[in-house]
Amino acid sequence: MSPKDIEDQLVLAIRRAETQLPDDVVSALEKVYEIEEGSAKVQIEAILQNIKVSRETGAPMCQDTGIQTFFIEAGADFPYLGRLENIITDAVKRASSEVPLRPNTVNPFTGENPGNNVGKYVPYITWDIVKGEECTIHLMPKGGGSENMCALNMMSPGRGIKGLKRIVVDHIVGCEGKPCPPTVVGVGVGGGADLSLKLGKRSLLRDVGIRHPEPHIAELEEELLMLINESGVGPMGVGGKTTALDVHIEYAHRHPASFPIGIVVQCWADRRATVKIKSDGTVEVI
Amino acid sequence: MATVKLNTPFDKKDIQNLKVGDTVYVTGKMFTARDECHLKMLELHKEGKDIPFKPGDMALFHCGPVVQKKDGEWRIVSAGPTTSIRMEIFEDEFLKTFKCRMIIGKGGMADKTLKALEEVGAVYVHYTGGAGALAAKAIKKVTDVYWLDKMGVPEAAWILDVYEFGPLTVTMDAHGNSLYNELGKEIQKNLEKIHREIEK
Repeated sequence: MSPKDIEDQLVLAIRRAETQLPDDVVSALEKVYEIEEGSAKVQIEAILQNIKVSRETGAPMCQDTGIQTFFIEAGADFPYLGRLENIITDAVKRASSEVPLRPNTVNPFTGENPGNNVGKYVPYITWDIVKGEECTIHLMPKGGGSENMCALNMMSPGRGIKGLKRIVVDHIVGCEGKPCPPTVVGVGVGGGADLSLKLGKRSLLRDVGIRHPEPHIAELEEELLMLINESGVGPMGVGGKTTALDVHIEYAHRHPASFPIGIVVQCWADRRATVKIKSDGTVEVI
Repeated sequence: MATVKLNTPFDKKDIQNLKVGDTVYVTGKMFTARDECHLKMLELHKEGKDIPFKPGDMALFHCGPVVQKKDGEWRIVSAGPTTSIRMEIFEDEFLKTFKCRMIIGKGGMADKTLKALEEVGAVYVHYTGGAGALAAKAIKKVTDVYWLDKMGVPEAAWILDVYEFGPLTVTMDAHGNSLYNELGKEIQKNLEKIHREIEK
């Protein structure tokens, strides 16, 4: 293993995430196709065709190739720990011209766009330091249309779980077709304003259809999914049975006075890839 | 709900015949325009300057594509629609000024645009968000690009030759009908029922 090997695998992972939707998302969309009718079915048919074309031609499935977002579980003894951020940045630059990606990083004050998807704090990396020598890098290209529909609600704790349900459902239904439904909804609860949103985003790493390990949270995920889909917003907001493919919840303990709810929305193009670097030096995209 | 194949420049009657729910495939010319491009074109018009292409003869596509230059020629790699409602603030003026007969976008637009569609004899058609690779397959050629240096790739006006671009769903027609208005009422009703379920 060399830094170049890691960079190569990261470029491959970005390419894969942009052009091959994970199997769990594809099979969820195929099930949606079976149950939808009319204009809603037309939307899902176009999505499934698009997924196929993208896989066959290697063209990014969506023109919004997103902000390259990474969640890393790095071993404290991982030998390239100190260099990994630079390796990731180089991989993003290379992927920008090789895949290619749309130049998506803009300086908010000057409007300057470096053209290679790199900039201040971008690529966006969240680090978890764990024991050992291995390193797992999760990649999630996050599009702007769905990101614009994220929200934070500092709920009064007295409203309880009923309040939480209402806030999540009302928000997602209010988004209508804007985040490109059917979406995957990440809900981060507790922690604080910033942590709730971070947990919401991290929950999107979980496969569609996989429930939270705690049964009462898993139940709440299922209930929220059912309620959201009763709204009738439907695929792309043209009306239909499926507004969300799944709801994922993650939580942290909260301050007694606060009940932060961070809602993070992911479009149907729930793009993900993972690079695993093992202690024997092998690097692979899984 | 009919499926219709249309060529640009569009015939006003063909456009007026379209109904909410119809599926359309477009062959011919379109130009991409997002926020910046709308502003630029309106500004040029106000200054009495010419637009270097004929927007009225083309479909207007709310899109910021992924592009690549190969052997000196631009190629569209991925080109799904962007969220149209951002353009609501000036789309009515834009339609009346340039007489575009078809807007292709996603998520729909609001009442000001709906009124302008009726006045001009135009429709809003929805293209599946994120279906960028499928769209690129129907785009046969980039014939021109304007304001690329100043506005960058996503905001520039890309002039495209397309063949059977779609499926496009008519969601706002030329007679004041909007799927979004009708659906909005239904969703509101459903939401009240959902609220009762939550409070149970």
